[in-house]
Amino acid sequence: MIDLSRRRILFGGAALGAGAVLTACTSNTPSENTQINTNADSDNKNAAPGDKVVIGFSAPAADHGWVAAITNNAKAQAAAYKDVEFRSVAAGADAAAQRAAVSTLIAQKPTVIVLLPHDGKELNAVGLQAMQAGIPVVNLDRAFPDQGAYRLQIKGDNFGMGLAAGAYIGEQLKAKGISNPIIGEIPGIDSLELTQERTRGFNQALATYGFKVANRRPADFTADGGQRAATDLLRALPKIDALWNHDDDQGIGVLAAINQANRKEFIMVGGAGSKQAIDTIKADNTPLKATVTYSPSMASSAISLARLIGQGKGMSDLVELQVPKEITLASETITKENAEQYGKLGF
Amino acid sequence: MTEQSTKPGVPAQSPPVDPAITREAAETTAQPRQSWWKSDGAEPVRRNLGLVGVLVVLVIIGVVTRPELYGNASWVTDNVWTILQQASAIGVVTVGMTFVIIGGGIDLSVGAIVAVAGVWSTTLATQSYGAAGMIFTAIVVGIVVGLVNGLLVSYGRLVPFIATLAMMVAARGLAAQISGKQTQVSSNTTINDIASTKVLGIPMLVIILALVVAAGWVLLNRTTFGRRTVAVGGNVEAARLAGINVRLHTVLLYALSGLCCGIAAIMLTSQATSAQAAMANLYELDAIAAAIIGGTLLSGGRGTIIGALFGVLVFSTITNLFAINNLSTEVQNMVKGGIIVAAVLVQQFRYRSLTQLFGRKTA
Repeated sequence: MIDLSRRRILFGGAALGAGAVLTACTSNTPSENTQINTNADSDNKNAAPGDKVVIGFSAPAADHGWVAAITNNAKAQAAAYKDVEFRSVAAGADAAAQRAAVSTLIAQKPTVIVLLPHDGKELNAVGLQAMQAGIPVVNLDRAFPDQGAYRLQIKGDNFGMGLAAGAYIGEQLKAKGISNPIIGEIPGIDSLELTQERTRGFNQALATYGFKVANRRPADFTADGGQRAATDLLRALPKIDALWNHDDDQGIGVLAAINQANRKEFIMVGGAGSKQAIDTIKADNTPLKATVTYSPSMASSAISLARLIGQGKGMSDLVELQVPKEITLASETITKENAEQYGKLGF
Repeated sequence: MTEQSTKPGVPAQSPPVDPAITREAAETTAQPRQSWWKSDGAEPVRRNLGLVGVLVVLVIIGVVTRPELYGNASWVTDNVWTILQQASAIGVVTVGMTFVIIGGGIDLSVGAIVAVAGVWSTTLATQSYGAAGMIFTAIVVGIVVGLVNGLLVSYGRLVPFIATLAMMVAARGLAAQISGKQTQVSSNTTINDIASTKVLGIPMLVIILALVVAAGWVLLNRTTFGRRTVAVGGNVEAARLAGINVRLHTVLLYALSGLCCGIAAIMLTSQATSAQAAMANLYELDAIAAAIIGGTLLSGGRGTIIGALFGVLVFSTITNLFAINNLSTEVQNMVKGGIIVAAVLVQQFRYRSLTQLFGRKTA
């Protein structure tokens, strides 16, 4: 049945050729927007080159802007230090793959390991394994349940995001004198603990104003998912006073849906603090009036602190001789007023 | 119950197809003569009575639970368009999937193809190739990925499940690579406006869906290509003996599915004004489910485009119903699962009892 007639070979050739042309056309890489700080322009003693530190790094190969920014930040921060050697291993598609990847990393005996686990509970054992092998572990964002599994935990504040978003919405609505507002919520993947914490914080903050959420449609951290969820929510609520969308990446779709439905009677708050969202807030021509931060710059900080741990130094502003064990970033509220200042943290 | 049209009134096929061959193909698939209740798509509503019933019940539930919304005529009109718009991209993908399944295959890579096509065209957009360039790119990328699927299945002799599973993983990887794992925002207003444009009061996305469904229906029910698809899915060996180039036909079916994914990618990009590697998440499952509850036989050889459309509409209406009542998506998914099982059970039961009734071997 395989008769390779001339016509077919020509056709196949044409198809391959078209593919090659297309590939050649897409050689543009998206601009990488990274945040680093080495204190190089201050007289902080920690900025001076010290002992050589080998930092092993592993983060999920996710397709979300935030996780991409985590990896880019870590790389850029490590590259800015002369005394740091950065050794990155891809984490694969799931917790098991990342366990295997980190095990090979441990065998290479780096000075410190910085790790964004797929899931802190599932990667706890690997943290213990590294610590027992004498390699300090810096856990990035997704906490290990076991105290012995990490030297430092640095993470964002999910509960605080919800609290900040709820407080902003409460304040704004109170200022407008709305006593019984209709509030919508578009979280990300609902089964994740971080989503549940954000929602808990949001509800708690709203409760202090006597407000509650009228409709809640989860999306999946993608723009098209956000568009679908927002379209459904806007259809269900012919009038809204405020809307919190947990994630700025899916927020692109949420804003598209708002635009398509031609609705602007409400205020919207975002989450995470992407560059796109900060620019939109600055332009002030959509319902998006604020976003609460969950900055991937924590990866840059994690690399800095991993270097200090490797060199046995502390943080110069603290009295302590060593880096602390827990750091939780504050969730800040970016509005039109301070958008300029936060622009550099946008990812 | 097949699309093999032995009806009078269908014009003989034009060359290069030999009418004798298609007639033989039709006979060798050992299908019974058509009864009135299984004529080929001529009575789409009657054939899909179960699904139409489900839709009616869903609307009644909506009216009863939110009377204040349904009391507003303009809201109801807008809501109908919303449901259809929400069904549009997945509906287009489902048309392609229905062809592949009727042809005896399966395409697990549709969601990933949509992502590659969408991401590729939005990356190009940043290089200002314009709306036409974006549409062309999305469609070409869709077709090329579909062709690779088809070649793997027919000439590489891979099981469709494995070939398209591999493509699902690989294409998502490619999409992540091309997009740099970032959400690619489309700055092309022509593309972005597709989602909010209305022509004669009908949303553009709904028109595109209608055109694709109509084209799919004609292709399946009124062309040699359609008859060959049914023949290949019904009995590969008989189709081969009847002179159908089964391998080439299989390649074309996957390319068709890829083409649909390319079109859907532009629709989704327009709706979300952006594309990213994780877009069209789990579309493969929704498209397969819609095709199956629409009466398409998973083992191939039988199915309808209109049924698949009703399948998509049922899912889209359920989502809408749950949204307007602020019910959780977990329960919604359970209901969806229940409807899939119920629809297939009903079909099987109806099929079986009629078979017993008339004493005919039908499959």
